[in-house]
Amino acid sequence: MDDWWSQLFDFSDYGALIVLLRNSILAGAVLGVVGGLIGVFVMSRDLAFAVHGISELSFAGAAAGLLLGAGVVEGSIVGSLVAAVLIGLLGTRARDRNSITAVLMPFGLGLGILCLALYPGRAANRFGLLTGQIVAVDDPRLGALAVIGVMVVAGLLIIWRPLTFASVDAEVAIARGVPVRALSLVFMLLLGLAVAVGVQVVGALLVLAVLVTPAAAALRVSSSPFWVPVLSMVFATVSLVGGILLALGASVPISPYVTTISFLIYLVCRVSSARRAGRERRRGARMGAA
Amino acid sequence: MTTPVLTLRDAELTLGGRTLWTGLDLDVAPGEFLAVLGANGSGKTSLLKAILGQHRLSAGEARLLGEPVRHGDRRIGYIPQQRRADDRVALRGRDLIALGIDGHRLGPGLPTAARRRRVDALLAEVGASHYARVPVAALSGGEQQRLRVGQSLAGDPRLLLCDEPLASLDLRAQRAVSELIDARRRARGLGVLFVTHDINPVLAHVDRVLYLAGGRFRVGTPDEVLRSAVLSELYSSPVDVIRANGRIIIVGAPDESHAHDHAHAHGPQSEA
Repeated sequence: MDDWWSQLFDFSDYGALIVLLRNSILAGAVLGVVGGLIGVFVMSRDLAFAVHGISELSFAGAAAGLLLGAGVVEGSIVGSLVAAVLIGLLGTRARDRNSITAVLMPFGLGLGILCLALYPGRAANRFGLLTGQIVAVDDPRLGALAVIGVMVVAGLLIIWRPLTFASVDAEVAIARGVPVRALSLVFMLLLGLAVAVGVQVVGALLVLAVLVTPAAAALRVSSSPFWVPVLSMVFATVSLVGGILLALGASVPISPYVTTISFLIYLVCRVSSARRAGRERRRGARMGAA
Repeated sequence: MTTPVLTLRDAELTLGGRTLWTGLDLDVAPGEFLAVLGANGSGKTSLLKAILGQHRLSAGEARLLGEPVRHGDRRIGYIPQQRRADDRVALRGRDLIALGIDGHRLGPGLPTAARRRRVDALLAEVGASHYARVPVAALSGGEQQRLRVGQSLAGDPRLLLCDEPLASLDLRAQRAVSELIDARRRARGLGVLFVTHDINPVLAHVDRVLYLAGGRFRVGTPDEVLRSAVLSELYSSPVDVIRANGRIIIVGAPDESHAHDHAHAHGPQSEA
């Protein structure tokens, strides 16, 4: 038991480690902002499953990039974008989208496993793409992640209003002249980029913990179109940076820390919204009786 | 005579090889309430989409205030059918109306005092101020439709296109929403095209009726059009119009989604 504990939490030499992992913490913060922001639209456009599919193809791209020496970041971006565009073009209706995603996902995973099996390098790198490799963020990679992050956030802010309109009320948006199809494609490209960042940091299997869970939690406690994105970004960033800080001295990957914090935040939001709803119901019943 | 808000001249619409209506002539005056009736598949919704510039007429022309219709014209307000709102969306009553004001513009849309005042004014106009901050998903169908009326008025339209806005509402909400649309068109001098499968909830407000059937049409007051002889001739098959307790019931109108299937030629009783 003690042995497990010291593997999970070890805060000796903490100051020195923080300096060493500065890049990881910054990468986590970038992903927190990107994932929290785009997660709001992942929720309103019902794309959670598509995010999972895109991340598996992103993993395949990253693995291929590793094998062919083209670069992990480059490969994961290519994989993400291909998947996002395919899902965006072929899956306009929710039902089509789910089946396209389900078709692409195992194919991507298989392709990625093949590339990793053929790769002669260290085994630690292999696992990292699936479950996170945050300790390995060097300066060039952090720079690349930051540039992609800025692109995604800027792109989202530019199309924010018409995309919201198209997401909540496509029929009226079309009548108003909003280019719903073009927006949907642009959004899928931004989503592809965001997923590529996520795969670099938390790994392909756990991207949902950053791109979906924080936004889902925020929607439990607010309906304000201002506060939901803000809370979602805060929740995602707290999960990522908090997870990295807890995991600093531990000998296990950071992902379980990130996913656990993210899940706990969701749980707290869910319970608090259920309690609030209960209070309001009771108050309503009292007023009805009076 | 004032310029009509909407003019259709010899208009024809063909979709997927099927001609929905042809030779359609129609003028809608400012402040006029025109109900569009007809069976499923007779091209009621497609008429609205043609006016919105989403379908191109295969012949003839459609003009809004004298100019050819174009896609995304702000002078047209649009109210769709009520659908169950999604609770995965961060949207309150006032946000739905705000989308009508500037939802088509790029950028995140920072809240300004002027925008807030416009939203407040629209909320008050449709009687939705007291649930402005309630999530849309928590509102009743009637409350949501009030907001959609407010949203459609946000662009100061001259013509309001309503596509079955009362469908799936209970009777009380149907009356409230149709009275709201009626009051707004009188106050603002709006032309209203109101697509509906049941004329009864709006019968008191309707000036004229456009009845589409089998590629042909009749336009006139409800008393002129909703008669057994007129509809039987329009459908080329016996149709009975029954008036009872101030309601109009149309019996025997064929359903056009099965237009080529003679077994369905005499469909079940339906309210027009």
